[in-house]
Amino acid sequence: MKITDSAFKKPKDLPGLHILSAGTSICAGCGGLQAIHEILDILGPKTVTVNAAGCMSLLSVYPFTPFSGSWLYTAMASAPAGAQGVRDALDRLLATKKIAADEDMQVVVLSGDGSATGIGLSATSGAIDRRLDFIYICYDNEGYGNTGQQSSGGTPHGARTTTSRGEQGYCGHKKDLFSIWKANHPAYLATVSGAEPLDLARKIEKARAIKGPSLIIAFSPCPTGWHFPPQESIEIGRLAVRTGVWPLKEYEDGKVVHTKIPAGRLPVTEYLQKQGRFAHLFHPGNAYLIKEMQADVDAYWDCVEKSAATGR
Amino acid sequence: MNKQMLTGNVAAAWGARLAGIDYLPAFPISPQTEIIETVAEWIDTGAMDASMTTMDSEHSMLTAAGGAAATGVRVFTATSSQGLLYGMEMIYALVGWRVPLVLVNVSRGLAAPITLEPDHNDVLAARDSGFLQLHCSTCQEVLDSILMAYRLAEDRRVRLPVLVNLDGFYLSYTREPVIIPDLEEARQFVGPYDPGTVRFAAQAPVSEAVAVLGGESYSYFRYEVQMAQAQALAVYGEIAAEFAACFGREQARIDAYRAEDAEYLFLMIGSFATKAMDAVDQLREAGWKIGLLRPRLLRPFPEQDLRQLAAGKKGMAVIDQNLSFGRGGILHTEVTSSLYGQSGAPSVIASFVGGLGGRDIAAEEFYQIAQDLRQACVRGIQPPMRLLYTAAELTAMRNLQAIANVPAPERKP
Ligand SMILES: Cc1ncc(C[n+]2csc(CCOP(=O)(O)OP(=O)(O)O)c2C)c(N)n1
Ligand code: SF4
Repeated sequence: MKITDSAFKKPKDLPGLHILSAGTSICAGCGGLQAIHEILDILGPKTVTVNAAGCMSLLSVYPFTPFSGSWLYTAMASAPAGAQGVRDALDRLLATKKIAADEDMQVVVLSGDGSATGIGLSATSGAIDRRLDFIYICYDNEGYGNTGQQSSGGTPHGARTTTSRGEQGYCGHKKDLFSIWKANHPAYLATVSGAEPLDLARKIEKARAIKGPSLIIAFSPCPTGWHFPPQESIEIGRLAVRTGVWPLKEYEDGKVVHTKIPAGRLPVTEYLQKQGRFAHLFHPGNAYLIKEMQADVDAYWDCVEKSAATGR
Repeated sequence: MNKQMLTGNVAAAWGARLAGIDYLPAFPISPQTEIIETVAEWIDTGAMDASMTTMDSEHSMLTAAGGAAATGVRVFTATSSQGLLYGMEMIYALVGWRVPLVLVNVSRGLAAPITLEPDHNDVLAARDSGFLQLHCSTCQEVLDSILMAYRLAEDRRVRLPVLVNLDGFYLSYTREPVIIPDLEEARQFVGPYDPGTVRFAAQAPVSEAVAVLGGESYSYFRYEVQMAQAQALAVYGEIAAEFAACFGREQARIDAYRAEDAEYLFLMIGSFATKAMDAVDQLREAGWKIGLLRPRLLRPFPEQDLRQLAAGKKGMAVIDQNLSFGRGGILHTEVTSSLYGQSGAPSVIASFVGGLGGRDIAAEEFYQIAQDLRQACVRGIQPPMRLLYTAAELTAMRNLQAIANVPAPERKP
């Protein structure tokens, strides 16, 4: 699909109203929730959202729900398996003519990065192998947010979390969930950010149209866990893209395309200095860590530019 | 009448086929695998119209089972031992989802040490989950129980998942004559799937398994499960009566064998209860007034039936094929707590543990148990729990260890 085929050419093409209603117990300024709002607006109400334990499990609290579609909370490890059951049952109901084609629904998994990169990987991997027709939405707040921001498989190198309080922060490296999926030839993959709604809308539009397993990884600035004031959430989202820390890309037909290549990338410090979780990086003696991060980002984009030049 | 020699596993597969299941999420584990292979073959050859998905684990399998049932189809699945434990988080969760699916467990001892042979510690680990539990002692009963299980699960007064248990090897791999009910009759008995109020639909969205805030909401839903379990006792009775009328086989909540005029009773579940029946016959020939109680329904626990059947008896020997370490036999605890303070209850309820990991319980051991029970009744003292193990077995074990130079364990005097 080319941009010219998209229903979302200009910002004013975006839906004006959110279908996920307000009044939930999610933290003010939650970047994950913002992305979810924007995603659901494109997906519409005919959805079954299958949720893994995490912050968003508190969206639906008895007897209220902000969703206009259906909701199934499963467990931390098995949301994609829940999606398999729902999809298989819908297919069976369609095949036996118990429901009409227009009663079919989009099956969506909603989980955090902890579930997506760790405990839920077996269920996820199985769903990809089986070519399950679903959209996996991973809101990436780079830690186990619901339990108080401990380090997860999604935590970036050097970030402070509640289990990495040392002077150098988290010593592991962020797991490359995009590549894990890509290696198994999904139908569609994309990274998005709530701060880039047009890019997000086009990608969700594609994921919805394509049959098979799709993953959307949504950058999710988390005021509570990353330590910044809630009103800066969108700014941090923008900086993540402009510094090149959060590449916006998609995978389709065996190819990765960067949908927004930041021209004149800002230094990563612009992004880091806004967040308490990186404050220690500016202490004397930690300059090398910032240098390393900048070098990683530069190397990533060098590689992107090279492959764009050679067409590979 | 279609009577065939079937293994317990194939009988279970027939149960699913006759019940008209829509969906089977599966994961292999011995000694259960023959069930899913059999259904898979029937689906592949067109003998059975259903869909099946092989999952990546039992945890996923049970999640898919629940998700499908909540979307509005009839679901069957099966596991065993390590698989049941691996999926245990979802066993508890599915009860809260109130999805009326049927899970067959083929009992197998739990690791470590790892074994393939049966005892009941696996299925009893699910005892407090809220799943209803039916325990089978013959291959016929496996098939029949699955048909009844769907009625029970889907009944509007119950709406809970049901676990049907059969013992690995002794039933799973043992061929017995099984009457396969006529498809039409079975379908008529089970009826079409009733999705109840839990059903994801495009026009009528549903939120399922949502969070609650606070103990008031939590307790409310937990007590609802308890009330549904309590209802299930009577519902089971109705279904069993209807089943007997349709198919001519009685499936009481507790099977009582030669118990009416008995002074002494064995109490057991599962396939080893058929060994106890033989022992009862032999002991009767030798002049004993002895019988057997075999609870088919373990959850909900048929307490009233037990009280009636035990009233006026001198003594009861509960033989547990499980062991709650540090406490003893699980059934013994259930039975004694049900009979405590009841007038006419046996004064002695002795506890025996045996048959772990497929170890046999020999006829002589049943005779010994009966002797012990009678002596305890004469003396009027409740005997301590006994772990069945013979001197010959210990010698064989020591010999085995000697061959491999395993140092003998140190024992304090
Ligand atoms: C099996 C299991 N282990 C641990 C937990 C506790 N737990 C609940 S949410 C959560 C963190 C989830 O992290 P992530 O997937 O990143 O989502 P987030 O909380 O960040 O939204 C954990 C560890 C659980 N619910 N289940
Ligand atoms: S902890 Fe972070 S991700 Fe979770 S709800 Fe709060 S802001 Fe959102």
